Amino acid sequence: MRCARICGGDRLIMTTAYLDHNSTTALKTEVLEAMLPFMVNQHGNATSRHIYGRTARAAVEHAREQVANAVGAYANQIVFTASGTEANNFAVRGICNNLDTGQILTSAIEHPCVSRPALAMQFNGLQAKSIHVDSNCNINLAHLQKLLLAPTNLVSAMLVNNETGVIQNITKVAEIAREHKAYVHTDAVQALGKIPVDFFALGVHAMTVSSHKIGGPLGAGALVLDKRIDIQPLLYGGGQERGLRSGTENVAAIVGFGAACDLAIKNLSAFDVHTANLRDHLEIGLAKLKAVIFGHNSLRVANTSFFSFENIEGETLVTALDKAGFAVASGSACSSDSTEPSHVLLAMGVPEDLARGAVRVSFGLSNTIQEVEHFLLALKQELTRLRNLTAVAA
Amino acid sequence: MANMNQTERPPIYLDYSATTPVDIRVAEKMIPYLTEHYGNPASRSHPYGWTAEKAVENAREEVAKLVNADPREIVWTSGATESNNLAIKGAANFYASTKGKHIITIATEHKAVIDAVRELERQGFTATYIEPEPDGLVDLAKFKAAIQPDTVLASVMLVNNEIGVIQDIEAIGNICREAGVIFHVDAAQATGKVKIDLATLPVDLMSFSAHKTYGPKGVGALYVCRKPRVRIEAQMHGGGHERGMRSGTLATHQIVGMGEAFRIAREEMASENERIRMLRDRLLTGLQDIEETYVNGDLAHRIPHNLNISFNYVEGESLIMAIKGIAVSSGSACTSASLEPSYVLRALGRSDELAHSSIRFSIGRFTTEADVDYTIKLLKDKIEKLRELSPLWEMFKDGIDISKVQWAAH
Repeated sequence: MRCARICGGDRLIMTTAYLDHNSTTALKTEVLEAMLPFMVNQHGNATSRHIYGRTARAAVEHAREQVANAVGAYANQIVFTASGTEANNFAVRGICNNLDTGQILTSAIEHPCVSRPALAMQFNGLQAKSIHVDSNCNINLAHLQKLLLAPTNLVSAMLVNNETGVIQNITKVAEIAREHKAYVHTDAVQALGKIPVDFFALGVHAMTVSSHKIGGPLGAGALVLDKRIDIQPLLYGGGQERGLRSGTENVAAIVGFGAACDLAIKNLSAFDVHTANLRDHLEIGLAKLKAVIFGHNSLRVANTSFFSFENIEGETLVTALDKAGFAVASGSACSSDSTEPSHVLLAMGVPEDLARGAVRVSFGLSNTIQEVEHFLLALKQELTRLRNLTAVAA
Repeated sequence: MANMNQTERPPIYLDYSATTPVDIRVAEKMIPYLTEHYGNPASRSHPYGWTAEKAVENAREEVAKLVNADPREIVWTSGATESNNLAIKGAANFYASTKGKHIITIATEHKAVIDAVRELERQGFTATYIEPEPDGLVDLAKFKAAIQPDTVLASVMLVNNEIGVIQDIEAIGNICREAGVIFHVDAAQATGKVKIDLATLPVDLMSFSAHKTYGPKGVGALYVCRKPRVRIEAQMHGGGHERGMRSGTLATHQIVGMGEAFRIAREEMASENERIRMLRDRLLTGLQDIEETYVNGDLAHRIPHNLNISFNYVEGESLIMAIKGIAVSSGSACTSASLEPSYVLRALGRSDELAHSSIRFSIGRFTTEADVDYTIKLLKDKIEKLRELSPLWEMFKDGIDISKVQWAAH
């Protein structure tokens, strides 16, 4: 990763430091190497029966083993999709599609690709309800228990929140949900590669993972399934993925996803140690600048820091930081279009003004301590500048 | 992992309708978006995102240009299967309450269309599956007669994946417009092969795929007409990408690949199709020397890339096994795992025997004259050998009409 250098006193030169790894992260070299043959020479359709097809099929099945191995499941539990979004839609809609009564519970901090399909199921007569979280971004289990008094089809709660990085106690959520005969789905997109993920230990019925968040290519995701559940496909057609997901397999992306899973498992502790060090360094600096750090009292993944400053607008700060050469996010990439405050922070009870100021830094293995120092320096400068502007305006 | 045997020559690829190799120019354009420009195109706060977004929009223009549409009419998907599902379920659900719940399609459509319609039937829609004529083409009068007052949607493919016939989309579209029926066209097998002008064609929704046109797998698009405006209900919800019609992080490198593939198609299709037509005609002439061969589907209204032939008195599976030197298919790739005879050929009224003994040859950008000559020779040799072993062939040669033979039960 290129890093922002300081030149001539305190002016920053335009080489961007990428601090937005939760949005998407660079493809690993080893992954590209694994993919290249399937992008160029080995072009078969994995359903074809000739050697071109069989070579593609073997590659897809090898990748399925790699993904299964990374999430503690069997290969035949993996259904490949085109993205995490598709896997989440598939889980929510697929599990609830045959039902016209009962409710779907999703935590208040879910990614919209879980909460919106749940809302859409209301047209079928199902009720979609939101499970509260506390001010530390942890799911309120008492509230979950209360909601479960009404007949429930599905509970969906994410393993790691994409904005705050807070890790949920999904094992407990699953245990409670199962007691009430509800199915459980977890979106583990932000967990894979950051913490150990074990499908069986979590006790869920379905789990979503995605390739491009762990150094694999965009264009591949998967739903890990308890094979005993009855799930309806989202896409109908040629009957690929045992009829659960039709469409020609994206062989290159699936191969890349498999390779990325292997690397993610190999690098798991290195990632944790390295990014924890960077984040601790960052948050010491942030505390000095009087930042409010969200979810820092909770168990978090090591690479994520989500913070805000009183009276500073997040969008303005993010733009200023970008000009200074730092790529950060003002929320999740999917909603960085909108100027709405983060729904995660609002669910945590953060006041709207403070929520509007939120900035997310998410580290990867390629980031360095120098980048953190330069970032803190730039942040301090921008804060001073913006505060002066506000003072003038006032 | 099974790898192609390095010492043996890989078989000649004549299965371009199943999937095409990625054109090297396409791959070269894609790779920088895997390595340097890896931003999420939805990230608005930094240049990584902007670079990706710009590339996505350039590709959208290229796709639009090939089919003469407005870039704003192009919605990215993960492939033609998703496009077909989105178009059919999306439009049917959106217009069900105003237009009705009857759908028309053709019995020879791709599974992604047929099965999406079947799913709607399970949800309470009704459907008419029109049987095409023996040449594979749809009779316009039959189509018109199938329209009911509550018909909401019709879906007809532009080019058939198994027999390559081209339907008269313009005429069918006009019938639909007159009747106020939403018209969807699966054009997965058509791009780069037939000219498509969506500025004049009366089509509301059209599905595209990249990997049938020398682009990567895992990306496709849906054309959603703006004038008159057609609405669809999203099938995937989330971040609200693609103006809410299709959520999900866009796979930049794949989209870039599709854009480049469609640009090449636009620039080269005229000359390429001429070359491919000559190869196909050479193949056809060569294979027609063999006795008892039948071309499936109309030859005039057909893309030059496709030749689907039944070799009578030869069992299809043994034929496929015998011609290992070429990679072809006995139906569409999607259904080639099953030993059922092709439902497309059955719909044309072919007997099970002829449907079983059919081979689809699909020719493409990298096929050479030598490939074709090798194929002709291979087929001639192997069919002769197989027929020598066939008692049916012997009976036929003795002048016995096999269809009249009363077989003893056992």
